[in-house]
Amino acid sequence: MNVLVLMKMVPDIVEELEIGADGRSLDLDAVRPIVSERDDHALEQALLLKERAGATVTVVALEAPEVDEVLFTALAKGADRAVKLTGVEPAPPTAAAAAVLAAVLPKVPNLMPVDLVLAGCQAIDDLDGVLAPSLAERLGVPYLGIVTGITVEAAGAGGTASVLKEFAGGTRGRYTVCLPAVLGVQAAEKPPRYVPVAKVRAAMKARTLEEIPAGDGGAAQLVEVAAMTKPEAAGKAEMLEGDPGAVAAKLVEILAARGLA
Amino acid sequence: MSLTMPVPATGPTLTLDNLLDSPGGRELQSCIQCGICAGTCPYGEAMDYPPRRIIGMLRAGLAEEVLASDSLLFCVTCYSCMAKCPRGLRLTEVLLPLVKEQVFGRLPEVPAELQKALQNTHRYGNPLGESPRKRSAWTAGSPVPVRVLATDSRPVDVLWFTECYTAYHPRGQDTCRATAKLFDAIGVDFAILGHEEKCAGECARLAGETGLFESLTDANLKVLGKYEFARLVTSGAHAYDAFTHEYRALGFDQPVEHTTAFFARRLDRLKPLLRRKLGVTVTYHDSCALGRHNGMYDEPRALLQAIPGVKLVEMVHNRVNATCCGGGGGGMWLDTFFKARGQERLADRRVKEAVATGADVLAVSCPYEVSRFEDSLKVLGYEKRMVVRDVTELLAEALGAPEAA
Amino acid sequence: MTGNVWVLAEHWRGRLSDLTLEALALGRELASGFGSPLEAVLLGGPALATGLGAADKVLSVDHPSLAEPNPEAYCRALAALIKARQPAVVLVPLSNVSADVIGLLPARLGAALLNFCRDARVVDGKLEARCLLYGGKLETTVTVAAAPALVGLLPGSRPAAATGGSPAVEAVTADLPAEGRVRFEEYLDPAPGDVDVTQQAVLVSVGRGIQTQDNIALAEDLAAALGGVVSASRPVIDQGWLPLTRQVGKSGATVKPKLYFAAGISGAPEHVEGMKGAELIIAVNTDPGAPIFGVAHYGIVADALEVLPALTDAVKARKG
Repeated sequence: MNVLVLMKMVPDIVEELEIGADGRSLDLDAVRPIVSERDDHALEQALLLKERAGATVTVVALEAPEVDEVLFTALAKGADRAVKLTGVEPAPPTAAAAAVLAAVLPKVPNLMPVDLVLAGCQAIDDLDGVLAPSLAERLGVPYLGIVTGITVEAAGAGGTASVLKEFAGGTRGRYTVCLPAVLGVQAAEKPPRYVPVAKVRAAMKARTLEEIPAGDGGAAQLVEVAAMTKPEAAGKAEMLEGDPGAVAAKLVEILAARGLA
Repeated sequence: MSLTMPVPATGPTLTLDNLLDSPGGRELQSCIQCGICAGTCPYGEAMDYPPRRIIGMLRAGLAEEVLASDSLLFCVTCYSCMAKCPRGLRLTEVLLPLVKEQVFGRLPEVPAELQKALQNTHRYGNPLGESPRKRSAWTAGSPVPVRVLATDSRPVDVLWFTECYTAYHPRGQDTCRATAKLFDAIGVDFAILGHEEKCAGECARLAGETGLFESLTDANLKVLGKYEFARLVTSGAHAYDAFTHEYRALGFDQPVEHTTAFFARRLDRLKPLLRRKLGVTVTYHDSCALGRHNGMYDEPRALLQAIPGVKLVEMVHNRVNATCCGGGGGGMWLDTFFKARGQERLADRRVKEAVATGADVLAVSCPYEVSRFEDSLKVLGYEKRMVVRDVTELLAEALGAPEAA
Repeated sequence: MTGNVWVLAEHWRGRLSDLTLEALALGRELASGFGSPLEAVLLGGPALATGLGAADKVLSVDHPSLAEPNPEAYCRALAALIKARQPAVVLVPLSNVSADVIGLLPARLGAALLNFCRDARVVDGKLEARCLLYGGKLETTVTVAAAPALVGLLPGSRPAAATGGSPAVEAVTADLPAEGRVRFEEYLDPAPGDVDVTQQAVLVSVGRGIQTQDNIALAEDLAAALGGVVSASRPVIDQGWLPLTRQVGKSGATVKPKLYFAAGISGAPEHVEGMKGAELIIAVNTDPGAPIFGVAHYGIVADALEVLPALTDAVKARKG
């Protein structure tokens, strides 16, 4: 079975995000990139499928700052191949990224056809699109998102997967999806595994990333960003000050006034 | 005097395979299988492989069975077994780190909290997952100016390595501000690394993540090499251990002191300034890294006894017999794992002993202990009977004008 | 930009969602701005058309493969309808039911998407939207001139429009295969016997700021003192510290308790969606910039681990 995992870098929101001088984009110098959290789950799910049923797992990412460590980490965790698509514009819009992937993936030696493409179902910078379903459309394959469980029933032509999709209140829907397909992962069946730093460093020395030149995505920008601002935090909340004891005393009065305490 | 490039450790790297044949390992061959190590281990009940059994299994060629068990996660590297071994075998220094490294590498799943702490340390230089850019944010509330070497790189006498919990945790920041006040009071020329400082990595190392430790020493030694300083003083007990032993072996040759020893050696200057009477009974918890491993029992006690109105009482287990708070060797992030295996939190056990002394204050000298013991006091319902204070906090409180009689 | 304003009517297990009614309220304003009608698109669940009176007309598409949420069938039906009727704007509620559609449609149609939208209006004949990015930390103002503009709508943009009203209904046939490439099989409901957070008057909810599983006990104490139960945001559930049934947010429950006490929750949109309807929201977080303070009535910048026990004590003391 052949599984492809898409991984992308997004701004790390542990750091303060600064708005650039133009007032409508991120100050990229202040940004520290991190792999999109849901993509980490997609990788974990792929590795679980490999452990359970055997699979070749290939991780693909567009060139971006600090993406190399992410790819080597994936190899150290057990991915078989890591492919970096080079020569792309930095932080491309989703449509452009999907276009690049759809055009270049068939050109990666010995990669296609794949049975499954896994990626996170959402990322924090998905303003203009979501990568996994956009790619599914371009590849002409089915898509299901918010996935929390995957069992491949049969690989190859005419194959199917039994897929769990999450709904509200802990309910999940079980779907049958015809393969090949793209699945948008919300959470892997287990939390993403840890890989010791020494193993990642060893991978950096012993393994290589396959670099494939890609071109411009060439998708038109349909949306114009007029401004970027920090939303008014605490604009609505009345802030209570003081040490925990003082705050607790105020809160009890507020609660009591509404018959809650 | 500036730092030279780190010198790689000479000789073949110790592994479990060559351990018993190495000079350090040959001494392990003299183990008489008495079992005192197992008896003194705070998690002895849960420890399937205390040092006695590990050595026995190694001798029998059964290392794999030891390494496949996750029981060594219970080792909080408290140095009790090493301190009590009648053969003086360097168990926590030589044997356990090697075994724990192999165990960690073989774990099918790393317990979630520990995983997060290690990932945070790797990415952000601290286990709490806070931005490295905020590592000196505590200085904004400091009562005295604190120089950050990144902005003012002139040579300095004391390079103060604050460590992570002290820099980021609210209670740790109290210790930082108290320490800065003390440095200032006795006229010490000091500076911090601020955002350039990363975790010294001792607990990552002793949890078995030696690769992470290496990347941290690489980074810290590089940064330290940029500046001129006469000595390194640290608030971290584990950091003190790391700098004194591991960093030293990597070529770091400046003198290293923990803040308690630093201030104890300058009591002649400090004592006259301790004018405010505190009027409390204090019991001191010896941290494993400072106490059992490095023999620093008297320095913190000298400091506490120099404070007017402090009455010092000892817990049943003190000095070399002190019982661990459970934070070392990864234990700081394994309480949920320990609890799931039906084990008590060591900090809870220790706090009961502290409360039994009748003291008002539990004094500590390791940043983990403040948060661990305060947590235990809350959980056990003793938070009205006893408070936890770092020794530096008590000293700083005693600075200033004497109160009216 | 010309054309009608559409709202994709989201429904699940026989009920129209509140988010659909909010979308209709916003949709009405946009429709007025364009001077065009407001229409609701109902895929499956034809009986629910009677609840969509806030729209001028309901386009009801029915087919067996639309009986349960199915992104493949939804997208195919909706794309065909959009191509045929050329609306100006399509508001799609962001929820587990419809989210996949928002991912598929822009690519299928080559159309613009404005995702994570919290507000929108018509300016100079163009659609202008305010969208939240990066976990709610930054807001972008975006405009689009080309129709159709697809909007992924967050909860809270407008108060819900009135339901009911007997709107005009046009039945539309869908060109869908008998069996698609994605087939719904069954629901797996969580084991009964745990608490239903949606039925609670008081929720003490914990997020990452609770730090460890052990600390959840502090929230349990407060919940017990106030006669409520503990709920949580996704990260706590992902760790396995509380069962799925306690999750509040997009993938969890939507709750409207009298009191929602958020302890150490940052307030990312996916969570806020599940609790913004609470009557009284009190939030504790060490980060003064936490988005939760934008939805809370009262906020405290402090460590939840300190405030929780202090409040429990104060509540117990008051009871005497």
